[in-house]
Amino acid sequence: MTASTNSIRNVVLPVLLAGLPACGGSFYEVPVETPLQPKLDVSGFQRVLVAGFVSGGSDEVDTNLETARLLRSQLRSNSEFQVIDADVLELTSVAEEQSAGRPEFEALGGNGETGADAANGDDEEGGESYSEDDLEILEHIFANASYWQELGEEYQQPLIVTGTVYFTPHQRSGMVTRQREVYDEFGRRRVAPVRAYRDRRGYILSPKFIFIDGRTGATLYTERHREEILYDASRNTPALSSYFELMDRLIPSFLSTLSAETIKGTRMLLK
Amino acid sequence: MFIRSAVVVCALLAASAHAVTADERSDARAQVEFGIEVVRNGLWKEAIYRWERAVEIDDSYAAAWNNLGIAYEHEGMFDKAREAYERALDLDPGNLMIQQNYDLFREINDRINELDP
Repeated sequence: MTASTNSIRNVVLPVLLAGLPACGGSFYEVPVETPLQPKLDVSGFQRVLVAGFVSGGSDEVDTNLETARLLRSQLRSNSEFQVIDADVLELTSVAEEQSAGRPEFEALGGNGETGADAANGDDEEGGESYSEDDLEILEHIFANASYWQELGEEYQQPLIVTGTVYFTPHQRSGMVTRQREVYDEFGRRRVAPVRAYRDRRGYILSPKFIFIDGRTGATLYTERHREEILYDASRNTPALSSYFELMDRLIPSFLSTLSAETIKGTRMLLK
Repeated sequence: MFIRSAVVVCALLAASAHAVTADERSDARAQVEFGIEVVRNGLWKEAIYRWERAVEIDDSYAAAWNNLGIAYEHEGMFDKAREAYERALDLDPGNLMIQQNYDLFREINDRINELDP
């Protein structure tokens, strides 16, 4: 459901109804609250641990730390869960340790310098760490049930939220359509679409949220997102602002995995 | 003689059936109105009971089906809500308000289907 559709309806419907005959008072507008159940049955959990994330892409933002902080804050405000306030795990390092000796990881260089070390500021040159494909190689950590079960025991078997986060600069040049004010010979203003070639820069955010049962270490549910944002190249938007802008788009979907939502609206009862 | 008797009997039966339908319609309307009253006090389950009675009495009562659609939707019974709205639209396809209710319901229902893993 889009906000624009609803807003159009909110305007159009009363106008249409005003045009109808009164029907002898044969209809009544009632407010309704449509319940949406969470995607995941979390009735067995009262506590949630946002453990940390395997991160890749740009080093401009510590996506592991920022994602964990943001999700914890959102869960505190918008769910019934007791959110465990623990140190955020350097999960990239853990995944690297667990990957040591695996041929696909060794093929990457198996150096471990790109992920966690960069996040710790050890990568003097900055720039890219793991690519999106590289992160998939590290994802086997999520299948390591004994690791998650052990972590679950440490925090009294909560629901564990973890996953991967890939955040990277992105640029795309091409024709874009913009609205431009023009005035005719009578001085009347109108807005006309104008196509122009533009250099645009921005970011891609591609997180994968994984929900793990802290009692068994088993993965309960996985949710993947991909969002991008582009700005005019002349705009200098900080990476952290772009990161939060992109996360804002994903948060409703993340929250609806764990908690029920209610959609408010109105309907017409008839006699 | 036999044919004339048969015609008379058929006419009587038809008249009787028509009278019963009118009564039923009146009963059904009373149930619908009562349902609207209780919804105004937030008693949706009671309203469902009333509107289910109304369609039991008169299966062709589009307004009752529409109201049932709304009530089922409010209670999160989406499959039943869809059936009720569609039945209402079958019975009264030109009704803008039923169509509007159904369209709004479908937007939410589509979202629920998207959410289903």
